[in-house]
Amino acid sequence: MTAWMKAWLLHLGVLALLVLAWFALPAYHTGNLARILVLAVYAQGFNLVFGYTGLLSLGHALFFAAGLYGLGLSIQHFGLPALPAIGVALGFAALVAAVTGYLALRTKGVAFMIVTLMFAQTGYLVVLYAGTWTRGDEGFVIARAARSLFGLDLADDRIRYFAALTLFAIVFLSLAAVVSSGFGRALVAIRENEERARLLGYDVQRIKWLAVIVSGVVSGAAGAAYALLFGYAGATFASVQYSILPLLWVLLGGPGTTIGPLIGTVFMFYLVDFASEITDAYLLLVGVALILLTLFLPRGIAGELRRRGLTWLP
Amino acid sequence: MSRRLRSSLARTSTTGAPEPGRRRTLKALAAGVGTLGGAGTLAGLSGHVQAQSAEPIRIGFQVHRTGIGAAYGRWYDRTTTAAVARINAAGGINGRPVEIVAEDDGTDPKRGAEVIEKFEQRHGCDIAFGTLFSHVVIGSAPRAGELKIPYFVVSEGHHVASGMLNRYTLQPGITDVRSQVQAMAPYVSENLGKKVTMLYADFAFGHDHRDYFSEAIAGQGGEVIAKIPIPPTETSFTKYFPKIPRDTEVIYHVMVGPSVLTFVKEMGEFFGPSAPPIFGFIDSLEAVDIASPGLEFLEDTYFWEGYPRYAQTGPDNVNAFDADYREAVGVDENGASVSDARDVSTYAHMFGCWETLNVIKAGMESADYRGPQDRSKLIEAVEAMSDMPHSLDHPQGAKRFNGKTHQTFGHQHISKVAGGRLDLVHTTSIEDTLYPDEVDYTTRSF
Amino acid sequence: MEFGPHLVLALLEGSITAAVLALTAAGLALVFGILRVVNVAHGEFFMLGAVLAWFVSTTLADAFGASAAIGFVAALVLAPLVTAAVAMAADRVVLRRIGYDPERTIVATIGLLYVLQQATLMSFGPDARPVEPPFNTRIALPWPERVDGSWAMSWPWGFGTTSYKLFVIGAAVVVLVGLWLLLRHTTLGLIMRATEQDRDMARAFGIPVTRVYALVFGLGAALAALGAVLVVPIQQAHYLMGGDPLLLSFIVVIIGGLGSVGGTVVAAVLIGLTDGVVSVFFSATLAKIIATLLVAMVLVFRPQGLFGKNTAR
Repeated sequence: MTAWMKAWLLHLGVLALLVLAWFALPAYHTGNLARILVLAVYAQGFNLVFGYTGLLSLGHALFFAAGLYGLGLSIQHFGLPALPAIGVALGFAALVAAVTGYLALRTKGVAFMIVTLMFAQTGYLVVLYAGTWTRGDEGFVIARAARSLFGLDLADDRIRYFAALTLFAIVFLSLAAVVSSGFGRALVAIRENEERARLLGYDVQRIKWLAVIVSGVVSGAAGAAYALLFGYAGATFASVQYSILPLLWVLLGGPGTTIGPLIGTVFMFYLVDFASEITDAYLLLVGVALILLTLFLPRGIAGELRRRGLTWLP
Repeated sequence: MSRRLRSSLARTSTTGAPEPGRRRTLKALAAGVGTLGGAGTLAGLSGHVQAQSAEPIRIGFQVHRTGIGAAYGRWYDRTTTAAVARINAAGGINGRPVEIVAEDDGTDPKRGAEVIEKFEQRHGCDIAFGTLFSHVVIGSAPRAGELKIPYFVVSEGHHVASGMLNRYTLQPGITDVRSQVQAMAPYVSENLGKKVTMLYADFAFGHDHRDYFSEAIAGQGGEVIAKIPIPPTETSFTKYFPKIPRDTEVIYHVMVGPSVLTFVKEMGEFFGPSAPPIFGFIDSLEAVDIASPGLEFLEDTYFWEGYPRYAQTGPDNVNAFDADYREAVGVDENGASVSDARDVSTYAHMFGCWETLNVIKAGMESADYRGPQDRSKLIEAVEAMSDMPHSLDHPQGAKRFNGKTHQTFGHQHISKVAGGRLDLVHTTSIEDTLYPDEVDYTTRSF
Repeated sequence: MEFGPHLVLALLEGSITAAVLALTAAGLALVFGILRVVNVAHGEFFMLGAVLAWFVSTTLADAFGASAAIGFVAALVLAPLVTAAVAMAADRVVLRRIGYDPERTIVATIGLLYVLQQATLMSFGPDARPVEPPFNTRIALPWPERVDGSWAMSWPWGFGTTSYKLFVIGAAVVVLVGLWLLLRHTTLGLIMRATEQDRDMARAFGIPVTRVYALVFGLGAALAALGAVLVVPIQQAHYLMGGDPLLLSFIVVIIGGLGSVGGTVVAAVLIGLTDGVVSVFFSATLAKIIATLLVAMVLVFRPQGLFGKNTAR
């Protein structure tokens, strides 16, 4: 079996498992999974820029929030139904990614980190400042009636789960195709040695910019999905914490792998969940777990698997 | 499993005073380690532990153990434990003991929604209760509505009564910010001044103060001449005070967060001896000792107090039920913990937990609640409530519950700082605090 | 208040912010410059300094009836030392083992952040607790005004500061000068600068690089803790107080230019003052928006910061 076939089997296998999960797992876990899948989409968006292109962005919450509020405000204040609101959200996220990406990409390394962080902070503060519409930190509820797509009530557990899974599947497979395409390989080339890529004739700036836009749209899709499926939009989602979280998920799961983001998101969620069952001081356990993980699994879970034998892992 | 073990350990503490959260953490660690390898974990993973003969009523307590709300969460925790101890000592609800299943929401709306799911799908709770911070309430309420679990919040936010939420969310134990602010305007304009400068936290809670008070004081013939928002994460405040206009007659302040003490201190340093009358909400000083160094300038200033922190002794002010309530929750007559006089309580808010639990008890008894199948009956029973007289069930004062808006109304108090204590000077009527209904949840289906 | 006094007051307050920020950021600049790692837990060392200051001064006051002044001096000495010890332990146990790899350090220090925060929550609790300043008198400041055609001094309402706040500015200057002397005029400073310039070369010259790293990490933490001890009588100690200093320190270090402690100090002064000044003109949140965008734009158009060299790192 070629590596390409193995990769395809893996991807389809993961999706099949997730479909089975709905029937096999109790309600509590499928509810969690729906949330995890949406956040894993966010992580995948981040992975494109961080894992594949090697750009450490600390401002992805801006894109997530662009999608979240793009959808939320369209429904809340303009009365748009869900489908056009999704369009608005994606368009808005793309625009924000294009503009901030263009400016941020003039910098590299730590400066890039700070510039992206500053743009995200600005976004957070703008959400607070525009409190008249966004209700700031308190946020607002998206009415149940508005949360329906193609006549399906997204607040229903089963529909919500499969909607999240559909979004995840689309992003999962699309990004898998992207990273194995010429564009994806160019990203890796840039990550490994930007100068050499430039010398080989790649328009490095433009490629990086495109990566940021795609990443922004995927993150925005996750944000829009979160608002639509869970019915709440608030400034918390635009805060620094939500820029650090995808970094954590991707680093844990394995940057530069396709299944890494999903693994990382699942792992972090259940780590917190499990730890909070045992003790009030669950954040302590989480902190210790993170330290242990980075001591012993430096490339993330999937990254380690790849290094230790599964070299075909995409 | 360990969580339930922990709350029953707390319940049987001998002094009657609730155990501090820290000791419970260590006990939890020990209990958790003990049950980890055993069947308890397997049972926990699959859902339920076998019930005892008198199946307890499980109340999911969404508490801020970590995050920005942790200081309040601690006192909410103690008050809840005390209230449940009292209910169980009197025979429980419908003959069944009450069990609190507490989960930390990290004062985060995403985690809050996950915790509600846990209550319903993992712990098999009958109801959810206890949330304070508005953004957690709003983030969790949709999920509570979808899962059809009654959600009794103790938040002070206007979100319930505004119609934003759903029929499953109720706030029967604490009044909301709109009614509080509105009720202050008459006293302020008659006794302190008509030209007001407002200093408020620049987020939703502060905006509510800004909007409702502006409206209310205008109705009294007064005016807000300057509105000065302050970012809630701010740590240095002196640069905001110069914006206060010279012709201010009254300063109105409401700040929340860990820097409130700095805010008040720097306000004093700014004005020195020549300050105008000052009216603040005790939120600016919850869990902070009025007698702290640097707060001397607060002498002769006024505060809204949800529930007067210091036990009042004046003949008109004695609260007949306050002494018993204080003893039960472990607070001394200065509003501090009986075991540590430096540990000042969040007295103006925590009573909401006590009263809400008593409302839940009354509702469950009135609806003859047997289990989750009776949840809508429980909500209807609570919606049917209106006047709740002043009693040990409602030590803060009499309440009037509005079944349509799911919000309770009560007396509001104004105190003056004198000799490092807060003395009650005015109690509003309940009528002063009422405002027109914005929603009728009873017309919505379950 | 009139514009003049208002601006001066904002500048004064900004100076205090700048002073504390300069100390904290200098600590981060050292770590960033010499170890080349992003220490996400740097803000928590700041928090530890404040919490320890409370602990020391309260214990001394309770057990020995010590005055606020003695408690403060003790805190000034003990808090940075203990914080440095914690930092060096973390370096030994974790950072050294992962070879100071940038990405792994981020995850590890996020873990360290959770550990420190939660441990503080469990022991110190969630409340904000005050520490008494060793001295604090209100000083009303004069302002020249034209009265009847000639200049005279008046004391505008609310225009003033406190003696302790002025002390903070002075103390920070003293410490920074001391740091500069250390870096420029001592052997230890020379060793640190050599290690920063070229780690492998330094090792070739027999410099014990791992020990230098440990020392620098500890020193960085100690500087942050010192800044916190100075500021805690003005603010309070709270277990979540590390977030803002972390953010601000990073901004300052990058704007100042990597590898330049002097640049960091200048950037701290600029940012501290700007924050104060902008808030005179605009409402607070809008001021923050403008300040944040300004920082981003400075970096977009001058990525090496104000004093850094434009070399590929």
